[in-house]
Amino acid sequence: MIAGTPLLLGTVGEVICERSGILNLGVEGVMSVGAVVAFIVTYTTGNPWLGLLAAIAAGMLISMLHAFASVTLQANQVVSGLALTMIGLGLSGMLGKPYVGKPLAVKMNDVAIPYLSDIPVVGPIFFNQTPFFYMAILLAFAAWFFLERTSLGIKVRSTGENPRATETQGVNVTLVRYMSVMIGGGFSAMAGAHLSTSYSKSWIEGMTAGRGWIVIALTIFALWNPGRAIWGAFLFGGIFVLQYLLQPLGISPNFLAMLPYLATLVILLAVSLKDSKKLNAPAMLGEPYKRGER
Amino acid sequence: MRKIKKLEMRGISKSFQGNPANRDINLTVNSGEILGLLGENGAGKTTLMNILYGLYQPDSGQILINDEEVRLTSPLDSIHHGIGMVHQHFMLVQNHSVLENIALGYEKTPFFFPKIRIRDKVVEFARRFNFAMDPTMKIWQLSAGEQQRVEIIKALLNGADLLILDEPTSVLTPQEIEDLFHILKDMKAQGHMVIIITHKLDEIMDICDRVTVIQKGTVVGSADTATMDKRSLARMMIGREVLFNAEREQLPKGDTVLKVDGITVKGDKGTPVVKNMSFEVYENEIFGVAGVAGNGQRELGEAITGIRAIETGRVEVKGVDTTNMSPRRIYDAGLSHIPEERIRFGIAPGLFLYDNSILKQHHLKKFSKKLFLEYSQIRDHAKSLVESYRVSTHSIDVQTKNLSGGNIQKLILGREISEKPPLLVASHPTYGLDVGATEYLREELLTRRREGGAILLFSEDLEEVMKLCDRIAVMFEGEFVGVLDSGDPRLADIGLMMAGSLRL
Ligand SMILES: Nc1ncnc2c1ncn2[C@@H]1O[C@H](COP(=O)(O)OP(=O)(O)OP(=O)(O)O)[C@@H](O)[C@H]1O
Ligand SMILES: [Mg+2]
Repeated sequence: MIAGTPLLLGTVGEVICERSGILNLGVEGVMSVGAVVAFIVTYTTGNPWLGLLAAIAAGMLISMLHAFASVTLQANQVVSGLALTMIGLGLSGMLGKPYVGKPLAVKMNDVAIPYLSDIPVVGPIFFNQTPFFYMAILLAFAAWFFLERTSLGIKVRSTGENPRATETQGVNVTLVRYMSVMIGGGFSAMAGAHLSTSYSKSWIEGMTAGRGWIVIALTIFALWNPGRAIWGAFLFGGIFVLQYLLQPLGISPNFLAMLPYLATLVILLAVSLKDSKKLNAPAMLGEPYKRGER
Repeated sequence: MRKIKKLEMRGISKSFQGNPANRDINLTVNSGEILGLLGENGAGKTTLMNILYGLYQPDSGQILINDEEVRLTSPLDSIHHGIGMVHQHFMLVQNHSVLENIALGYEKTPFFFPKIRIRDKVVEFARRFNFAMDPTMKIWQLSAGEQQRVEIIKALLNGADLLILDEPTSVLTPQEIEDLFHILKDMKAQGHMVIIITHKLDEIMDICDRVTVIQKGTVVGSADTATMDKRSLARMMIGREVLFNAEREQLPKGDTVLKVDGITVKGDKGTPVVKNMSFEVYENEIFGVAGVAGNGQRELGEAITGIRAIETGRVEVKGVDTTNMSPRRIYDAGLSHIPEERIRFGIAPGLFLYDNSILKQHHLKKFSKKLFLEYSQIRDHAKSLVESYRVSTHSIDVQTKNLSGGNIQKLILGREISEKPPLLVASHPTYGLDVGATEYLREELLTRRREGGAILLFSEDLEEVMKLCDRIAVMFEGEFVGVLDSGDPRLADIGLMMAGSLRL
């Protein structure tokens, strides 16, 4: 369960971002920045909630780099996203240097939900968890509601499908895309904050350990639907943990590390064979939009 | 209160990659006025309107609203000034439902639960136009005619002070056009202004107060429609008389080319929309299928051309069973196809004009040698198409998406007809073409017929069907409610048949 939480947070953010047509491969970097900022702020102030807020702000801020490059400059989004990952990883390594190995005195405490957590077996798994867990689930539902049941959600999705048509309806495509990229960044940073202030209560370089990449695969696996991301995230989270559990048994960890990506391919194949219209990848994902071209 | 009482465009110029599309254009519209914009394909009408809508920035010139200069740098600016537009190439999100598309641009869309909450309003509005449609359908499931209706509803719902309509009627039925014009006249009476682009001269005469004619990017004339007739309009537009009477001589009935035997085809919703249909088309014959869009014509055409699966029954082209074969193999069996949504299915927009001139024909001997394409042949072919179909373009080395709408149509028509296919399936072949090109294309179809070709023509333009076809079938809810020879006096009731209230 815990392993799925950061994946879910990151995926929900990436779904919103990609639904607006922007591919953000910088998740890994932003997550890392979120982790280090959350750690530093929590370490110095002693308040993990402040740490979380600071992490979200930092994540949004650094994602603006990607928004600027891919929306305003219409640069190649793959290149810009990869650059963001590099910058994020480098920056977090630098900022976090003095804090490596220091333990956190306070951390985000687990919250037991009264009565429900007393249910045997199920109780402790679902109802005695880090606040991040509840937030992730709630936010996933909220994101679904936002995309499917609000007018702004329609604008975001239309932007990803057909920015030209969307703009002719008086929607500011640039603004929508900036907003979506920044929301995505905020979510990724939140995932990072979970890692450093709740999951492991310490900061080491590279602690995101490829979760950012799993998020990218998971976004596809979930077929760009935040609802489906929920069970996808916990499935992938399970696989992620299995890597460590099965290692002593002689199963190659490399094989297990491959599994999320393999599962994504299988899902893609299965869905496209059955009914390719269901695939609903945003039609203009990764395409810069320039007004005045046909 | 109307925000715009007077709109003026002064000295507007715009070029693309050094090629002028608009040159020093002046235009004025006043409140309570309907202005027609007329001009050949590629004259620059859409470009001019896109400038007014904020999609393009002019290289020079001014736009004045109520005698004050305004800068329209994005559609949002234009919308704030009270300008609305129906686009020639539908601006719809294909993967979204009708409701989502309408909610996107509608000013009063509520933030929460937008789809449910505007649904009643949309349905009611559509009913006023007699537009029957299921608003939860996805756009890609709709025919071109239905998409055009969505586009119109979208624009009308916001009640713009100045409404720009870029070929709004190209795939509507006569009745729908009448309903639309009724609304436009109401708007005019309330002081709105309308700019309408159309190639149908009757429509200009019917609804416009004034007309401005553009030729190769410059205004060549402007007049009150009261002082004009169709002939003088056409002369003003292309500088010569247009013959409105292509003659169709009697020809003996030839062999069967297309044989459709009891086919049933399912629509996008999974219900049968073509029901156990049988007919034949012969050499030397143009067989017309008339009917209101959405009665299965699109699905019938797609099934015959191999884009859509046939559930039961069989189709033969020149004696070869082509049921459920791939479009390429059906093409090789002798069938060419002019699809309904040509921009979507007829071209590869990003490829060059010469590439598009041989789509689906690339494997033919004359265009390829072993694994490689013969580009010199292809270029010659492209050049001859451009010439004989009068595709107006600066060169054949342009991306096809940059051609004007009508010129893309001409290119596709030329490509499909020039192969002299034994069977040509054409959906709305003349929509979007200017009068000169329409005349040329109709003659070309008749020539094909004279040479022994068989043509299956889908059209909602009754005038065209009556003029060209040897036999006319009326389609309603997936069935032919009547098949009539041209000249049959019962054709007078074709309107009733199309509405399903008369069955022969
Ligand atoms: N974005 C663009 N890039 C390059 N060339 C363009 C672009 N838009 C238009 N053009 C060119 O400008 C000219 C005018 O095109 P426009 O679409 O305005 O014609 P139109 O009068 O609307 O014709 P139609 O009746 O066929 O729709 C054409 O030659 C076209 O190729
Ligand atoms: Mg045009």
